[in-house]
Amino acid sequence: MIHFENVGLRYGMGPEVLRDLTFDIPKKSFQFLTGPSGAGKTTLMRLLFMSLHPTRGLIRMFDRDISSIGRDELPLLRRRIGIVFQDFRLLDHMTTYENVSLPLRVRGKDESTYRSDVIELLKWVGLGERINVLPPVLSGGEKQRVAIARALIDQPEILLADEPTGNVDPPMAQRLLSLFIELNRLGTAVVIATHDLTLMDKVDARRMILSEGRLDIYD
Amino acid sequence: MTDANPARTGDPRRPRPVVLRPMAPIVPRGNVSGSALVIVIAIMSFLCCMTLGSVTMVRETAESWQGQISREITIQVKPADGADMDLALDSVRTSVLSFSGVLSAEIVDRAATARLLEPWLGSDFSMDDLPVPRLVIITIDETAPPDFGAIRQALAEAVPQAALDDHRAWTDRLIAMARTTIVIGIAVLTLMLATTMLTVIFATRGAMAGNRHIIEVLHFVGAESGFIASQFQRRFLIIGLKGASVGGCAAGLTFLALSIWQQASMATPLADQASALFGRFLLGGAGYVGIVFVIALIAGMTAITTRLTVIRTIREIDRERADPSFGELD
Repeated sequence: MIHFENVGLRYGMGPEVLRDLTFDIPKKSFQFLTGPSGAGKTTLMRLLFMSLHPTRGLIRMFDRDISSIGRDELPLLRRRIGIVFQDFRLLDHMTTYENVSLPLRVRGKDESTYRSDVIELLKWVGLGERINVLPPVLSGGEKQRVAIARALIDQPEILLADEPTGNVDPPMAQRLLSLFIELNRLGTAVVIATHDLTLMDKVDARRMILSEGRLDIYD
Repeated sequence: MTDANPARTGDPRRPRPVVLRPMAPIVPRGNVSGSALVIVIAIMSFLCCMTLGSVTMVRETAESWQGQISREITIQVKPADGADMDLALDSVRTSVLSFSGVLSAEIVDRAATARLLEPWLGSDFSMDDLPVPRLVIITIDETAPPDFGAIRQALAEAVPQAALDDHRAWTDRLIAMARTTIVIGIAVLTLMLATTMLTVIFATRGAMAGNRHIIEVLHFVGAESGFIASQFQRRFLIIGLKGASVGGCAAGLTFLALSIWQQASMATPLADQASALFGRFLLGGAGYVGIVFVIALIAGMTAITTRLTVIRTIREIDRERADPSFGELD
């Protein structure tokens, strides 16, 4: 589904922060992306989300070379990816329900066609009682779950989650992990960027370890 | 997935239905920068419409002066030894009225002539003692004026002491002055419109700066550029219309109030002076059409600026994608 070949990336004229990355992310796979702070996890997630272009190398997303993807095509490809940002990026003037339904709304779907699905998903992530609440009132963990629900609402082919358990306590982290596993079981490939070893130890999944710009993969 | 709105069976074990508020707009309705933008647009629209109204008013006044003076010509009959003045005046009138393009000819009678000379000669002078010239005022058809050369020739033959003044020198000067006034007015209006447009553009971009995070989120959840632009464009068109309408209506009402004041205080020294300087404070059809045009222009400019700002923001996000030096390292 996603293929990286000899991918390198540098910021400006600085040294390469990612070097010779070659890997595949198969359909329905589950992997953790880990490494020390500053190793380039978020940068790699941005490459996966196509919000950054590599300085060199080849990236194929959904069988398309991303260097040949036009500006107008990009939103359509991004619709196949669900992303959970480290800083959530929720819109403060919208309720939990409205934030989660935003991806469907921008696709021009009628509210009556997704209303029950959004409510169901919010209940699934434990926010059934927080449907009409605005983000400033939510706790960090609740915001995290809203961001996750928003990423999942259109059943993406791949979910990219950047430190999804960074703002929650261990029981909630476990609950979110279960949610990702369940999602993966339903057919979505999952990439979780984290440096939480405890979390990783709970799942027997592929580990992609970034260190000094290089990637080691342990299947 | 389960039914979020369970059938209304009355079963107490079923979950209560979820009540949702009406969907919030994608671009929030009111914030401080939006209100500030309305005020800026209202003020600039007001100034713009006042300028436009003033230019329209000056143009109409100038045209009115020009029309008044070019509708009349004067024939001066000087006294001559042994000549009968009244006979000469009648002869002038008869002669002039025979020309096509002459609508009327009115002899300024002795009493009116005396009144004209009163400021210089006093009230108790005798016209018979002085060689006072007399006037015949001719009203002509502006659209088909008579042949002034032929009139002069006829007068020279019939009444040699009569001289025709067709006011051409005054008319030419007034036409030149009116045209200059209108050109200056249009230049001022153009500058005012340009200033308004620039102010509206910068104020809109300022207000839009606070919405960058919304554009980013929409872009990242898969919204196409056209969709994002139309959402913002719609919101800012309303802001532009609101501000421009307030400013335009305020300008229209100001002219209306000045017009009412002028009517109410007619024949007072202040109103007379104001009328002499500015003419009637009354916006004609052109003035009101102009105000509507200014409102539409400013609202349209706000919407277009918004659209371009959104597209530019999306391009900036994409440029960051193409040039990672904009990004952050984690």
